Amino acid sequence: MSIFVNKDTKLLVQGITGKEGSFHARHCVTYGTNVVAGITPGKGGQKMDDVPIFDMVSQAVAETGATASMIFVPPPFGADAIIEAADAGIGLIVTITEGIPILDMLKVKNYLATKTCRLIGPNCPGIITPDECKIGIMPGKIHKKGGIGVVSRSGTLTYEVVDQLTKAGMGQSTCIGIGGDPVNGTNFIDVLAAFEADDETTGIVMVGEIGGSAEEEAAAYVQKHLTKPVVGFIAGLTAPPGRRMGHAGAIISGTSGTGAAKIQAFRDNGIHVCENLGKIGQICKDVFRVT
Amino acid sequence: MKIHEYQAKELFRQYNIPVAQSSVAFSKEEALKAAIDLGAFPVVIKAQIHAGGRGKGGGVKLAANPDQVLTIADQFLGMNLVTHQTGPEGRIVRKVLVEAGQSIDKEFYLSLLVDRQTEKIVIMASQAGGIDIEAVAEKTPEKIIKVYVDPLLGIQGYQLREVGFRLGFPAPAMKQLYGLLFNLYTFFMESDASLVEINPLILTSVGTVLALDAKVDFDSNALFRHKDLLALRDLDEEDPMEVEASKYNLNYVNLTGNVGNIVNGAGLAMATMDIIKNAGATPANFMDVGGGASAEQVENAFRIILADPKVKAILINIFGGILRCDIFARGVVDAAKKTGVTIPVVIRMEGTNVDQGKQILTDAGLNLTFASDLSDAAAKIAAAVN
Repeated sequence: MSIFVNKDTKLLVQGITGKEGSFHARHCVTYGTNVVAGITPGKGGQKMDDVPIFDMVSQAVAETGATASMIFVPPPFGADAIIEAADAGIGLIVTITEGIPILDMLKVKNYLATKTCRLIGPNCPGIITPDECKIGIMPGKIHKKGGIGVVSRSGTLTYEVVDQLTKAGMGQSTCIGIGGDPVNGTNFIDVLAAFEADDETTGIVMVGEIGGSAEEEAAAYVQKHLTKPVVGFIAGLTAPPGRRMGHAGAIISGTSGTGAAKIQAFRDNGIHVCENLGKIGQICKDVFRVT
Repeated sequence: MKIHEYQAKELFRQYNIPVAQSSVAFSKEEALKAAIDLGAFPVVIKAQIHAGGRGKGGGVKLAANPDQVLTIADQFLGMNLVTHQTGPEGRIVRKVLVEAGQSIDKEFYLSLLVDRQTEKIVIMASQAGGIDIEAVAEKTPEKIIKVYVDPLLGIQGYQLREVGFRLGFPAPAMKQLYGLLFNLYTFFMESDASLVEINPLILTSVGTVLALDAKVDFDSNALFRHKDLLALRDLDEEDPMEVEASKYNLNYVNLTGNVGNIVNGAGLAMATMDIIKNAGATPANFMDVGGGASAEQVENAFRIILADPKVKAILINIFGGILRCDIFARGVVDAAKKTGVTIPVVIRMEGTNVDQGKQILTDAGLNLTFASDLSDAAAKIAAAVN
């Protein structure tokens, strides 16, 4: 098993004819993801390589049975694209787009509360179940099938962690980047619960950063509900307060959101803390008792 | 994007959020004219910088007559104002707000912001106005009223009343508060604000409700639909190197250490700063060239960091996924040649086409040190500066 995506996932790509959209859609196809449709309003009836293009998500769903969407539209149209996918009955919406206004996301989140679909992102690298399905911009070949679940707020930092896991002989069940924005679809707790319920996942790596309180809430959840071992890492321990560190959500406001408080919450709740990113592969090996 | 108090109050007036009569002045002569135009003394002179804590820092003073206006304005303009929010380096004051003095009966705190946890707009209000609200929040959180507004429904009548009654607002002034709060919410939503704060919100001795201060921060991601607000940006309040970096879509934050670093991706950039610190050195900056940076961006990143006199060595940490290492290496070679870099550079690269990338760097004959992994990179950069 795995979580959220597998070999049966049928993907459509919103914004497939854009520079980023076409580049990454092709990489997903090459990886083996079943990309069944692309969406670009006004280009319906055309094709990108072998992928048919539709004007509207609802048409693509009716004709191809798409179950998931990967969104690459520019930020002003991000909220619209997510709502279109949700209204068309897409079950998993992965939004790569960075820079969607926070009030747009706030409205989207409150609207999606009335729906059953899952949103991952925005401003995220996506989700991958190695050897089955890659939805996103992560380099496929650093991943390897296995039992470690990875959940993270960032992109390249996740690749670093996955690369070390793979090199240390630990494959992954599913890796998810939940995104660096203050308001996002899927949070740490959603993913932790899914990993706990997934019989293929034997251990979990959680990669957080400064800002907000999602890591603290997740740590309390781990203590209460998880039986599987969790290794945690926090980026930004040296970041000064009040400054936005690239991600819109990575900002220490007042005394909340500091790295030190998050590390403490990890420790207090039985999460194995990795303080040196260079050693996370080794630490996971020890904690997960991989030989 | 932060704006000044005088700009925020101008926007408040457009939304019928009551503020005292005031105008901005860039010289002591203008300040005097502004004070005389107000028609009565005392007036309040307030230094305009993008940081709170101005009152405690000595940037707000009362002037009882024209002579005092000139003296205070002269003292403020050009002074380096240090508050608990500016850091020890302070900020240069380039303008002052001259405002009609008020006779204050009661002071409250009122703010609106996005609450990440509930994913609603939260109204925060307190009877403990006029002082450091963060201290109140930490020591006596029960003194802060929180009301959560669904962004799809908008603010409801009962929520206006809830704020008013829980604040213990005097009945005769209640309607003024409802109007102010409703307009403030409208302003917040229509302008894509991420924070609107009034501290203090006052009730004057004649029963008028006024926003005596105004702090507004806009969501930078939403400025594409607010060209008018973009004109309020004050580049004097920003670090010149950060302004330069923003022109090339580089995420850059100037820090105090001496190890410059260039990283792709915000999370990895933060983690790299932490690694530098762990190894016994201090980062001079945060620099994220983006997950898929172009050669041009790399070159500009290099140029900006080299222009920083406190940088004694540079650590480059790239995990090439979308960004191919060979393309990155070409950017580094071009940048190094153009800028004539003389300080030590440690490079750690991983990912797509890493061998070609290393070959390009080796062939260029530059003074670079390769690191095999993150721990090695940290040790080498620390050795270079210590």
